[in-house]
Amino acid sequence: MIGAIAFYLFATLTIASSIAVIFARNPVHSVLWLILAFFNAAGLMLLVGAEFIAMLLVIVYVGAVAVLFLFVVMMLDIDFASLRSGFTRNLPFGIIVALVLLAEMIVAVFAHRAGPMLAGSEIPAARVPNIVGIGQMLYSRYLFAFELAGLILLVAMVGAIVLTHRRRGDTRTPKAWRQLRRHPGTAIDLVRPGTGEGMKL
Amino acid sequence: MTDTFVHWGMQYDWAWFLATIIGILVIALPLMLAVAMIIYAERKIWAAMALRRGPNVVGPWGLLQSFADGLKVFLKETIIPTSANQGLFLIAPVITFTVALIVWAVIPFQPGVVLADVNVGLLYVLAASSLGVYGVIVAGWASNSKYPFFSALRAAAQMVSYEVSIGFVLITVVLYAGTFDLSDIVLAQRGHGLGVVNAYAFNILLFPMWVVFLISSMAETFRTPFDLVEAESELVAGHQTEYSSMSFALFWLGEYANVLLMCALNAILFWGGWLPPFDWAPLYLVPGIIWLFIKMSFFFFVFGWVKATVPRYRYDQLMRLGWKIFLPLSLVFVFLVSGWLMLTRFGGHS
Repeated sequence: MIGAIAFYLFATLTIASSIAVIFARNPVHSVLWLILAFFNAAGLMLLVGAEFIAMLLVIVYVGAVAVLFLFVVMMLDIDFASLRSGFTRNLPFGIIVALVLLAEMIVAVFAHRAGPMLAGSEIPAARVPNIVGIGQMLYSRYLFAFELAGLILLVAMVGAIVLTHRRRGDTRTPKAWRQLRRHPGTAIDLVRPGTGEGMKL
Repeated sequence: MTDTFVHWGMQYDWAWFLATIIGILVIALPLMLAVAMIIYAERKIWAAMALRRGPNVVGPWGLLQSFADGLKVFLKETIIPTSANQGLFLIAPVITFTVALIVWAVIPFQPGVVLADVNVGLLYVLAASSLGVYGVIVAGWASNSKYPFFSALRAAAQMVSYEVSIGFVLITVVLYAGTFDLSDIVLAQRGHGLGVVNAYAFNILLFPMWVVFLISSMAETFRTPFDLVEAESELVAGHQTEYSSMSFALFWLGEYANVLLMCALNAILFWGGWLPPFDWAPLYLVPGIIWLFIKMSFFFFVFGWVKATVPRYRYDQLMRLGWKIFLPLSLVFVFLVSGWLMLTRFGGHS
């Protein structure tokens, strides 16, 4: 009973907050709704017994990706009038994307009934905790794919750094070792100027 | 407890529900009391280090100071700035407070005494602690004021940076314990040091990780050497600048609950949690929760000690420490620990 209540709670909130992501006027509100949607999706994962996936969803998407999203959106100086001015021009493109997504959703929903993959049967309950199961799969059967995914991410990261890194000649970066090496003996000069002479530096 | 209620003739669902609610209250209420007392204790520690008396007026030895402060804050008027985003402004302290409380669900206080004994306990802790930043970011943005906004940006960058190294530190502990379950991590530490000491911290491969974890946990809770989020000389009170009354108090309670949580995690992950310090039978007569409290109190003293003595970092120094020192160091130790375990525990072949 409580499981059913929890499911409908999470499911309703996921859908409602996803809708709110689109309809929120303020982009910061949109991101916050998105975070709520992620969070409730994690709740749904927990209900089907995928606790590892649920935790990853929260750690990676809510804890890291969405923080950066929010960070960027908060700092952008967004002019709402100019955002809306392109509405009619971008409308056909938006409709195409929406139709493609709708088609994919319909296919996804109906294909799982038609397809031979599970044949409508229930997924058998897991014998090992799913963190163990995923670990065994990733490091044995899908080792190559796993390593490849890691490598692709590494390349993407290096690429992003290379693209955005630029050396500017006019800035001075603090050198920690030089700052740490300073001590009062060399950094402070105690002088006692004579009356009426002032400081000579 | 669920079984007892079922035995009394309740339906299983409702028995479970009632037992969970009671469990939450049994953890949350003493936690709030503990927060009130550690605020008092911390003020006494700072006072002692600065050769002052500290709070000594309200109640015997000033013990009721925190409650007096709480009452004062409770009776104050809540002021919401007119240009603030009202809804988010009020939600932000609630987020901080709630997130600080939910993590305690998986903390084991004694053998078997844990609200939710999930097998991904450590990941849950990591997930919930990564949520803590939202309270600060939302508060900073919703206040619509420049100092809180700067504070929010700093908080976001700081939290994300230190979570990376904390993640790797936790991986080393998980590798040693072979589980993500906090209770099992505690049990795995039994007799770890030469068969006598119940702690991971004396392991030469894990000791540096404990130091990294201790420092990172100070950065993660925005404690003093790293309290740039609320650096009063630059940002007034950071994200709390525009807050007053209970909304301010919720930030306050949440922050200290987080500090206590980090103390508990230090104890559980590296110092044997509810196990006594030595694997010697008479020591097991003392209830585990007392050992855990002793360890937490010690770490809390360390936190207060650091706050009283260490000057604040600069922001670039903070980032350098997180990304250029802790991240490579913890990454190297993940390699070392997994290599060592591969050789010793799994005999060099997989």
